[in-house]
Amino acid sequence: MTDKKVLFIDGKEVEIENERNILELCRKAGIDIPTFCYQPELSVFGACRLCLVEIEGRGIQSSCSTPPEAGLKIKTNTEEIRNLRRITMELLLASHPQDCLKCGKSTKCKLQAIARKVGVKDIPYKMSVKDLPVDKSSYSLIRDPAKCILCGNCVRMCSEIQGVGAVNFTNRGSRSTVMTAFGKDMFTTECVNCGQCAAVCPTGALQIHSEIDETMKDINNPEKITVVQMAPAVRVAIAEEFGLPAGIDSTKKIVAALKKIGVDYVYDTNFTADMTIVEEATEFVQRLQNGGTFPMFTSCCPAWIKYAETYYPSILKNISSCRSPQGMFGAVIRKAMPDFTGKDNKDIVSISIMPCTAKKFEARRDQFKHDGKPEIDHVLTTQELAEMLKSSGINLAEIEDHELDMPLGMYTGAGVIFGVTGGVMEAVLRFAAEKVGGIKDAIEFKNVRGFEGIREAEVELNGRTFKFAVVHGLANAGKVAQSVIDGTCKYDLIEVMACPMGCVGGAGQPVSEGCVKKKLRAEGLYKADEKCALRKSQENTAVYDIYDKYFEGGPATHEAHENLHTTYVARPKAQMEMDLNRVNDGAVTVELNLSGENMRNGVEDLMGKVLGKIRENGLQDTVKVGVTFGHTGEDPMVTVAGKAVEADAEKVLAAIKAAKK
Amino acid sequence: MSETTGQELSAFDKIEKVKEILDRNGRQSSRLIPILQEVQEVYRYLPKEIMNYVAQALGIPAGRVYGVATFYAHFALEPKGKYLIRLCDGTACHVRGSEPILAELRKKLGLTAQHPTSDDLMFTIETVSCLGACGLAPVVVINDEVHGQMTPDKALKLIDDVLQAEKA
Repeated sequence: MTDKKVLFIDGKEVEIENERNILELCRKAGIDIPTFCYQPELSVFGACRLCLVEIEGRGIQSSCSTPPEAGLKIKTNTEEIRNLRRITMELLLASHPQDCLKCGKSTKCKLQAIARKVGVKDIPYKMSVKDLPVDKSSYSLIRDPAKCILCGNCVRMCSEIQGVGAVNFTNRGSRSTVMTAFGKDMFTTECVNCGQCAAVCPTGALQIHSEIDETMKDINNPEKITVVQMAPAVRVAIAEEFGLPAGIDSTKKIVAALKKIGVDYVYDTNFTADMTIVEEATEFVQRLQNGGTFPMFTSCCPAWIKYAETYYPSILKNISSCRSPQGMFGAVIRKAMPDFTGKDNKDIVSISIMPCTAKKFEARRDQFKHDGKPEIDHVLTTQELAEMLKSSGINLAEIEDHELDMPLGMYTGAGVIFGVTGGVMEAVLRFAAEKVGGIKDAIEFKNVRGFEGIREAEVELNGRTFKFAVVHGLANAGKVAQSVIDGTCKYDLIEVMACPMGCVGGAGQPVSEGCVKKKLRAEGLYKADEKCALRKSQENTAVYDIYDKYFEGGPATHEAHENLHTTYVARPKAQMEMDLNRVNDGAVTVELNLSGENMRNGVEDLMGKVLGKIRENGLQDTVKVGVTFGHTGEDPMVTVAGKAVEADAEKVLAAIKAAKK
Repeated sequence: MSETTGQELSAFDKIEKVKEILDRNGRQSSRLIPILQEVQEVYRYLPKEIMNYVAQALGIPAGRVYGVATFYAHFALEPKGKYLIRLCDGTACHVRGSEPILAELRKKLGLTAQHPTSDDLMFTIETVSCLGACGLAPVVVINDEVHGQMTPDKALKLIDDVLQAEKA
């Protein structure tokens, strides 16, 4: 190579390849520069001032925001740098609560780890810890802003990768805080519960909302039968928590561990992943035959569902009505476990173990409740499972294997790959190739594999070319959703997973920076798929047995629709309302709804006309006018006395007059 | 009673004015700060519902609007009084005796640093760091009117004048 570009790090020559900055080069050279705010997948922020290096001729620079140039001479470990890093840490710690022993992030906290690394022994500054309330409103996450060090990782993750922006920097100077809009509780915001903010949070400021205590209580209760379902991505990640490499398949060890702590039945969400394929592919074919809505989106990812409900309610009809595999499993347990155990459903506790924080929210959706109670009682993430096992004195690395319980532990390779971006699509193709295209031996569809944010594939089935897209990251999903609204979308079926790289990169998984471990986990799933004797969902005979017994013999039957399908609702980004005038009680109320979708459809013009009509007719003192920004559920543009009225000022006026009588 | 009396804009007018401001600024998120400035002129502060409306109209997260609104001291998140009294406490005004003026004004109107606006939304007292009128120190500005070489008595007289004018 003649044009090889090099620079020098601590006297050693290092070649510049595609590295974006000096920090990446230092890491390539085997020197782990400490940093909080640098995340490879996010924009460079340069806020934490920890990654300082000395560049000859330029002095001290932050390595994350300095692009590499040939010939630079860099020192990473001088006395001055060591001192600066320690002082920076001491300053950060001076405004950080010193309650590590009680903190849920303890031992996994980057602040703690780097404090040790740079040798903090004392905090020679006056402590100034903020007194801010902890927000536990979300099922998925806990936000403790007093522990925030303002690295901005959550802010950038939420807006850059997920396209949401539920948290932002607010205030200024010493009062700076990362907060939701208007300081509202997380639960009432546009947060989609994906948890990626917590995955990149270096401290305990954003944590997973743990359900370990409630779960253990039920496991320890002899009156209760505990039933676990475990999602595919969990098995290739949990071993990392026990010092083993990423990507090894720990299914049998997880079963053994759960049995050891007293769980009665351990099943596999792969079972209902197979069921989802049968159900969803049938839905796809029926949409084709009956002129249904296209494109169709997959529905497995609960963060994607809430995102679509909040931002793109008009495409909810495009989303498969199939429940997610977790949701289907909830229904299957409710139907089948009383038969298997002879116990009543009230004594059966349904626990799921997921790589995902949004699954906690999904389990509490009204649509997933039966007789007012969630079908799934507890949702634990991979991290929580590891913690629960450790607290029970179990080392996953050393335990003997145990087989999954049958029949709900039976699965095919198609179910396994649900845990990685492209996996659901590939599983659909394995089904469709055979059922629609009549091709028996098509198993691997490598054209839908990979890690690009939006991938496309074409497959010819039965003389027709189908276009598929696989999307991960909600900002990418938003682009595709917008193209559907604009009428420019050219796909037939779109798989969406909110988290980068799919469920293997879920926020419930052991924390891992960048994509190295996530790729190993994905490889682990593909290997587990290869090892399966059965690799197509339609070969899972146990699924058809359950259909026969509980769902009228097959997919898309009435019973299947009742139990395995769901509905979606429009959701507001923020629940807020304001009155535009003050009137006496008993006045007719007109409510104008400025939700995102209505804004696109001209609600502001309607508002102007309605206000004009009210003025013209001298109704300001007797008609109360309010503005909202959307409701959960029905989302009409305008209501009069609580009833939806067509978006037309004359009709609104008529409705007001009618209501007054 | 509707709010259509007096020179005050009604809430109907105000929200229509916001729409006009948004349209005039091309609904560009890059125009967020000027939009918020104009909206604040309409409401004398930034109601959170209106910030949410602005966010929806610009297609940006409400949190970003809130972040900008809380960053700049210029933006008020609580309603301010009809008469905004800004007392300069910059170096020149401070050494020429701004503190006793502030104390007297607050005493007269029953206000404190934590409670700067009267309950009837008539008066708000704020201190500012420098108005650039040091030659006139100490300075009190009521809405856009500058009053120089103030003393506690002169300042109290200004309040009385305002109250008189309001009664008339």
